[in-house]
Amino acid sequence: MLVALFCITTICFMLIRVLPMSPPEGTNKAQQQVIEQIWDARGYNDPLIVQYYNYLKGIVTEWDFGTSWKIDTTTPAWNLLVGRLLPTILVNLYSLLFAIPIGIIAGIYAAIKKNKWQDHVVSIMVILFVSVPSYVYAFLVQYFLYFKLDLFPPTILSLNDSGGWLTWKMFHSMIPAILSLSFGTIAGLARSTRAELTETLTMDYMLLARTKGLTRAQATTRHALKNAMVPILPGIIGSFIGILGGSMIIEQIFAIPGVGQLYIKSVTMRDYDVFMMDSIFYTFVSLLAGIIVDISYGFIDPRIRMGER
Amino acid sequence: MAKDTNVVSIPKEKFEFAMVGERIKDQKFDDKPIGYFRDAWNRFCKNKASIVAAIIILCIVLFAVIVPFFNPAEIGTVANTRYQNKVPRNLALSKIGLLTGDLDIQYNEKGFAYIVGIGIAADTDFENIPSVGEALEEKSPLMPVTKIDSIESVMQGRNEKLMYNAKVDDYLQVGFAYIDVEQAEYNAMLAWQEETGIQLIYPMIAENDYNFAKLSNDTNNAANWWYKTNSRGEPVRLNSKGEPVVIKYDDINELVLEENYQRDAEGNLVFYNYKGGGTQETAMYRVRTLYYNYYRYTHEGREPQFFFGTDTSGYDMAYRLAIGIRLSLLLAVCIFAINFVLGAMYGAVEGYYGGNVDLVLEFISYVLSGVPFIVVATLFQIHLAAKAGPIPSLLFAFVLTGWIGTASLVRTQFYRFKNQEYVMAARTLGARDRRIIWKHIFPNTLGTIITASVLAIPSVIFSESMLSYLGIVSLGSPTQTSVGTLLSNAESLWTTYPHLMLFPAAIISLLMICFNLFGNGLRDAFNPSLRGVEE
Repeated sequence: MLVALFCITTICFMLIRVLPMSPPEGTNKAQQQVIEQIWDARGYNDPLIVQYYNYLKGIVTEWDFGTSWKIDTTTPAWNLLVGRLLPTILVNLYSLLFAIPIGIIAGIYAAIKKNKWQDHVVSIMVILFVSVPSYVYAFLVQYFLYFKLDLFPPTILSLNDSGGWLTWKMFHSMIPAILSLSFGTIAGLARSTRAELTETLTMDYMLLARTKGLTRAQATTRHALKNAMVPILPGIIGSFIGILGGSMIIEQIFAIPGVGQLYIKSVTMRDYDVFMMDSIFYTFVSLLAGIIVDISYGFIDPRIRMGER
Repeated sequence: MAKDTNVVSIPKEKFEFAMVGERIKDQKFDDKPIGYFRDAWNRFCKNKASIVAAIIILCIVLFAVIVPFFNPAEIGTVANTRYQNKVPRNLALSKIGLLTGDLDIQYNEKGFAYIVGIGIAADTDFENIPSVGEALEEKSPLMPVTKIDSIESVMQGRNEKLMYNAKVDDYLQVGFAYIDVEQAEYNAMLAWQEETGIQLIYPMIAENDYNFAKLSNDTNNAANWWYKTNSRGEPVRLNSKGEPVVIKYDDINELVLEENYQRDAEGNLVFYNYKGGGTQETAMYRVRTLYYNYYRYTHEGREPQFFFGTDTSGYDMAYRLAIGIRLSLLLAVCIFAINFVLGAMYGAVEGYYGGNVDLVLEFISYVLSGVPFIVVATLFQIHLAAKAGPIPSLLFAFVLTGWIGTASLVRTQFYRFKNQEYVMAARTLGARDRRIIWKHIFPNTLGTIITASVLAIPSVIFSESMLSYLGIVSLGSPTQTSVGTLLSNAESLWTTYPHLMLFPAAIISLLMICFNLFGNGLRDAFNPSLRGVEE
């Protein structure tokens, strides 16, 4: 994983640094001079290889990921990113906490009522929710909850209005974003839960469990559900890691000052160091999620060993 | 044990030959042989949802292909700055109350006088001006206000104000426009007006102190302030001393607006202003036209009607949607094809040769798949968009990582099949690697790959619309657009004009749902054992 991360970082760095870059313009001459001095001191005029060496050295020795030049001039890129993490994590965490129980319960319900009308209803909902793009939900949620019913503000509140990230007011204003993030997760979970559970319900050990006198509910919860969860749980764990990345489009629509929004901003404002930092971050998160999923398979079900085919 | 000798001996003659002279062979099959693809096709046909989805996809494809052809160039590709964000309107359907092009707007008294004034001024009798009530009663086809829903009184500060909730024709409320034309064009307009009987050229407005457009520097609606107002936009009348007096009325229906038209020395109305230019052909005239009628003049007498309304730049929404969908589908199909070929070759080599080749190639694809797609897309846009254009660079971004999924599928399939007996048989008979890969193993993996590739199409469409929505890819131009661009343009306006959001969102959702259903149907058809299992 580290090798992969190193390779990707190298490619990204080279691709970004070959772009024409110039120091930002200060408001007056004195500030301009200071900015240019910092620019020079940080080695932006050196050859590419030297720059890369310095960059890696900075990361390893001082945890220095470069400097933001356009978004927040001369702030370290790492600080900028860390400041954006909390809102992203909060919204996604709420959404997962909301979506996982509903998704699993819907999946179990559909599996138990297999091929009855309840199952068909759930299946149709799943197809709808999986297919429709998340921004369409976001618009629908905004339209009905804000424009028609006026229950929630259209975008989340600023820190001044709500008094902090963890206040009730902030949570209330986050609900539309949480809802629109949840639909897709609910549908995906319901689908995989249903698929796995219908498979385990037809297994021979279920018949055995019933013959030894367990009721249907007991057999389902104690035997079928546990086995059905084996492929699902790693996915859930992976999505908990994935919440670090967040969803750009939802953050954009609901004006959440999170990592995704920072990324868009760094691209549109051509703030390359922040862009670099964000790219590394995304890569790291996706690689980490993959590894944790792989490892968790082994923990959840010891029968599965890595490398077996 | 004693031998059972009690056998009845049968004389030889009693034996008969059975089937003498008949050729003994297996019965021929009555049915035709059903191959793998035939079998898949039969199963696919049984899945009603997939068939419906396939038909809807076909309809959307036809829409995307046909609409740009049937849309005359001047409607589709010329941005009509006067008709931006117009709501859907269809003359045939408006008779039964659908797509009337009406908008619900709330007016105060000043605004209400203004909007009814546009309808009054559109009348061809410029001398006898009816009161607001009479004009509303008359129901001229050019009156913007089609229906007054309710009148409510609202307290504003200490004063009680009446607010009018009216249904207004979105295309007529634009009203009048000043247009600069050459003299030849002016004559053509006069001739057209004569021939059709549709009033095209209206009297010019005096540039005096009662002209609200001049008072407030309102250039957009300059041609609409045809009546005398004070600097607050309230209708005024000149008293006998020539001083302006705000018109008092108990009921707005009694209000008679006082015209403020330009007149020459003899008191006749002026219909054009000379704007410069020397000779007969180049002399420029400024004329005031009713934009609705001007639209008919420039579009061979057709009234403006847009089934999906117009977008934020004034293009026909149906046309923009069609080219947006066409772009998405083209991208999706190109990527489908390229990923299919690349992934199949890469995966075949990986899976067939195995060992160190596999290890190295797997690592390369692992590194590539580790790069988040959005980063790839952004980098390609920054580096290539200026040289190769945004669409090819988007294509490259999709292709760079898109084939990995197909490759890993092909790889597992190859691992599954490469040690089967028929492969060994082929090898013993002296077949080369290439022949074994493509002739013997690959056809077995085809079903899985096609299914996976089709199921990847909706994600391509989604990613494309997301990137253009976020503005990472800029695709908005007169000849090119994408559904995501349409949506992001609509972002700040769609609460007032829901159609800007509704149609693009609906069509892309429909497309994605149908592709998913279609892909699921294909998967069930090709691998019936996987039915209901999600990958």
